[in-house]
Amino acid sequence: MTDDALIEYRNVARRFHSRSGTVVACEDVNLSVRRGEFMAVVGPSGCGKSTLLNMAAGLMAPSAGQVFYGGRQVPAPNTDVGYLTQRDTLLPWRTVEDNVAIALELRGQSRADRLRVAHEWLDRMGLIGFEKSYPAQLSGGMRRRVALARTLAYEPETILMDEPFGALDAQLRMVMHEELLKLWTGMQKTVIFVTHDLAEALTLADRIAVFSARPGRIRSVETVDLPRPRDVFRIRFDPHFGKLHDRLWSYLEASVRSDVMVN
Amino acid sequence: MSEAFVALPATNDEAPPSPSFFRGGWVSILAWRVAIIVVGLSLWQYASGRLIKTFWISRPSDIWQQLVEWVVTGDLWIHLQVTLIETVMGFVFGAVAGILFGLALGLNRRLAAVLDPFIVAFYSLPKIALAPLFILWFGVGLASKVVLATFVVFFLVFYNTYAGTLAVEAELVDVLRLMGASRGQIVRKVILPSALIWIFTGMKSSVPYALIGAVVGEMMASNKGLGYLIQAAAGQYDTGGVFAALFVLMIIATGLHELLKQSERVMLRWREEGHGRN
Repeated sequence: MTDDALIEYRNVARRFHSRSGTVVACEDVNLSVRRGEFMAVVGPSGCGKSTLLNMAAGLMAPSAGQVFYGGRQVPAPNTDVGYLTQRDTLLPWRTVEDNVAIALELRGQSRADRLRVAHEWLDRMGLIGFEKSYPAQLSGGMRRRVALARTLAYEPETILMDEPFGALDAQLRMVMHEELLKLWTGMQKTVIFVTHDLAEALTLADRIAVFSARPGRIRSVETVDLPRPRDVFRIRFDPHFGKLHDRLWSYLEASVRSDVMVN
Repeated sequence: MSEAFVALPATNDEAPPSPSFFRGGWVSILAWRVAIIVVGLSLWQYASGRLIKTFWISRPSDIWQQLVEWVVTGDLWIHLQVTLIETVMGFVFGAVAGILFGLALGLNRRLAAVLDPFIVAFYSLPKIALAPLFILWFGVGLASKVVLATFVVFFLVFYNTYAGTLAVEAELVDVLRLMGASRGQIVRKVILPSALIWIFTGMKSSVPYALIGAVVGEMMASNKGLGYLIQAAAGQYDTGGVFAALFVLMIIATGLHELLKQSERVMLRWREEGHGRN
């Protein structure tokens, strides 16, 4: 265990019970995420990656083992984390600005104050002109950016991201990567970023935890020693990127292939 | 670079324009409707006395005369007013009680579990069957009809409100909990607005029932109201009077429905605008 570990999973397992039997989402998970670190978690779908995030957020308790946040057992809910889920969780009846400002509203900030902060973030995200729009009026990419602005606007210590750009097309995703890295570099927040896309993980992360297929276990934790700042559009042509990609793929390949066979 | 995200221009103020084929045909649709009314009334007028005895179906001209007479004597306003007051009061009381009770149970699952069989029992009961009892308790005046309408509306609104609070997406609630929202804040900022669609559906569908409650009560025992008018006319074998009263009922029911539809459009603006976007 490292001293500066902010989030730590110790011998964690999570099982789900249903009528058709018990499913082990993940087991024997030991992972520590350092303060200020960008940790990516990759693995085939259904390997319990989202479960890890839910446990760090205190929305779900581990079936075995423990999850620590800042040296203490994760409280339920863990209000030190902001969670950007895979699905759209903007409040559809609120305008864009009121969505971004909601966390500040919950903390009792005056309307003028919270809207000022919201507008700052919308400006940074290139969403000026859409403050009064409703989520249903925006494109998928814009909604993602509103969700990101909402998560960042109240400055949680840690940000959990569950395939946040999964629904976007490849080009748009790279643009979002660039913006995310730019924002993250300025704030040095701790991030756990779940994805099944190796290139995405390599582009963004300091370290990558590779999971096997269900039941999800950590196959390897790799350090991504690519220099920062990174050019998200060109980094994938870097020879070292290719080498890292090959190595990570070798860990992933077996479980991904077996997954294909099973389905 | 940011142009890539700008998918569609936002139309903030106006509802999305109707498809052009509809707009082009608008006049013809109106013409068809007028034609149906004219033809229908003409047939009725013709058939009356020729094909069917006027005694059974009256005739549009007689009905019109009856309406004019009621307007001139002022009778129409007296009865219309009574029915409207009963309906509106019943609707308001029933809706408020239904929303409050629905929320209370939706937010308190334990209470809901305890009360469930009783609610189902009352819900299944045809509420109109309570009319004689209410007339016995509250007299032949306004009160008994208001109570009946309230009762009918209450169950519809209650049931929808309750279902609405249960239908709230868990993920929305979770995101707010992580932001440090208190229980009360989650209720106010997620559960209530989310349940609003359901509440409106319940309210909208209960309007005609409020009217039914009031009119049925009036038909059973009263000396005022459109229900009384129908009953009295039928008692004198005056089918023209019955049809005239029915016509007035139809007008106010449609009016009330339209009113609620408009207020829903205003309150659920975010939903209206979402059509066709993804």
